[in-house]
Amino acid sequence: MNAEPTNAVPENWSPRIVAFFCNWCTYTAADLAGVSRMKYAPNVRVIRLMCSGRVDPQFVVAALAKGADGVLIGGCHPGDCHYVEGNYKMLRRFDLLRRVLKDLGIEPERVRLEWISAAEGEKVKRVVNEMVATLQKLGPLGIPGHFAAWDEEIRELEHEVEHSAGSAATPAAREPHQAEEAIHA
Amino acid sequence: MPKPRIAFYWCASCGGCEETVVDLADDILSVVEKVDIVLWPVAMDFKYHDIETMPDRSITATFLNGAIRSSEQEEMARLLRRKTQVLIAYGACAVSGGIPALANLFSREEILTYNYEAAPSVVNSRNVRPQPVSGTNGTQLTLPTLRNVVRSLDQVVEVDYYVPGCPPTPKLTRAAIAALLEGNLPTKGAVLAPDIALCDECPRKKTRPANLSITEIKRTHQVLADHTTCFLAQGMVCMGPATRSGCEAQCTIGNMPCTGCFGPTSRVQDQGMKMLSALCSNLESKEESEIRTVLAGIPDPVGTFYRYGLAKSLLRGKHDLYHAGGKDAAT
Repeated sequence: MNAEPTNAVPENWSPRIVAFFCNWCTYTAADLAGVSRMKYAPNVRVIRLMCSGRVDPQFVVAALAKGADGVLIGGCHPGDCHYVEGNYKMLRRFDLLRRVLKDLGIEPERVRLEWISAAEGEKVKRVVNEMVATLQKLGPLGIPGHFAAWDEEIRELEHEVEHSAGSAATPAAREPHQAEEAIHA
Repeated sequence: MPKPRIAFYWCASCGGCEETVVDLADDILSVVEKVDIVLWPVAMDFKYHDIETMPDRSITATFLNGAIRSSEQEEMARLLRRKTQVLIAYGACAVSGGIPALANLFSREEILTYNYEAAPSVVNSRNVRPQPVSGTNGTQLTLPTLRNVVRSLDQVVEVDYYVPGCPPTPKLTRAAIAALLEGNLPTKGAVLAPDIALCDECPRKKTRPANLSITEIKRTHQVLADHTTCFLAQGMVCMGPATRSGCEAQCTIGNMPCTGCFGPTSRVQDQGMKMLSALCSNLESKEESEIRTVLAGIPDPVGTFYRYGLAKSLLRGKHDLYHAGGKDAAT
């Protein structure tokens, strides 16, 4: 019952990074890196947004909650935002976002904000490689695993109460349509 | 035609939600007329056996308040789910973990150590702790155990409806009971409160600035707040923009900013992050160190943005409490 997940890093583990790149600068830079045949770590999954200001902190937290080991946000340099000041909105959110993550036990280095202009393909390569190295040292974040471990403790009672003596046991998982029927019965 | 059978039950709760039911005041008589209250621990005696022997689904509706923290609360939640047709998560704790969910920032071991040994006023030289099983002279006594994590009701059983608030208002409660009795409930899973932000019903709405440009963040004890101006315009954190309305803006009318107890609207997954985003986007500064200085005016962002909803947030709690995200042994 006390199944503690092993502390050991799984053998073939490699960091998984979710990246939010702004369309006009950073995504173009990543394109440039590709076209220039630059080789860099393949651990990044890029999501293109129109502006780094569009990065809702919910996205960052959702990525980590779903298993990302790190999140990289790329936008235009301050003063160069295609939408004038969108990147400042991201900048203003970033510090507090990191503070909240730290208070929730997540190392702030797992989330990184970089200004990468359209010409800076080389910088995309450098930043991604650096981030993979950092995360390699930090190890996996493994939040889905944490949730699974936390929720093991409620399995036993679930089974016990559903099948205990007491009038007319009903199926453990109540189907939505069954509840609907009950209300309108 | 037998009267509908209604139950009220409390888990990790402060009793405020029970107060609301009592606050129905004269209206409670009309409620009592129309329903059979079959369970209400705060007001009537009962034994577990009474509930266990009820036929399954024989309770028309259960209003369950309080978060789920102990094995007993979890067992009761599951039992009541079995015995009830319409299970209603009543109050912020059942809806999203409530203030008790802030305990997810600490491990169970830290909490037990503090409360039974380390707190300044504790006298417990032998470090005695309640044991799940103990006994003397051949009698065995059992106590519920604390779970590792505080949960909302729907993280344990399937919930049919949610009534938000810390506590919900009598008006909202009356409306929920009326909807139930008239067979007028919306789609299963609905929150029984308006789906728009508090700003909509707040009397300070007229003074809400078109362009908010925050240069300083002040806490409520640092300011003699003006009674009519929007709190955000006064430099205080008000959770209104990220919180459902339905409470009739009692806090802002009482000259205190909203703290978010009604939870987010249906279009938001994580109330804390949404508020962080909204607030920070409106800072005036464009310079990193200046931004940091202004935001130092929020010393406890988790407590501020997740005061009532940490259990239901995307991250649910702190993640480096156990070596590998596992749990302590059962004691």
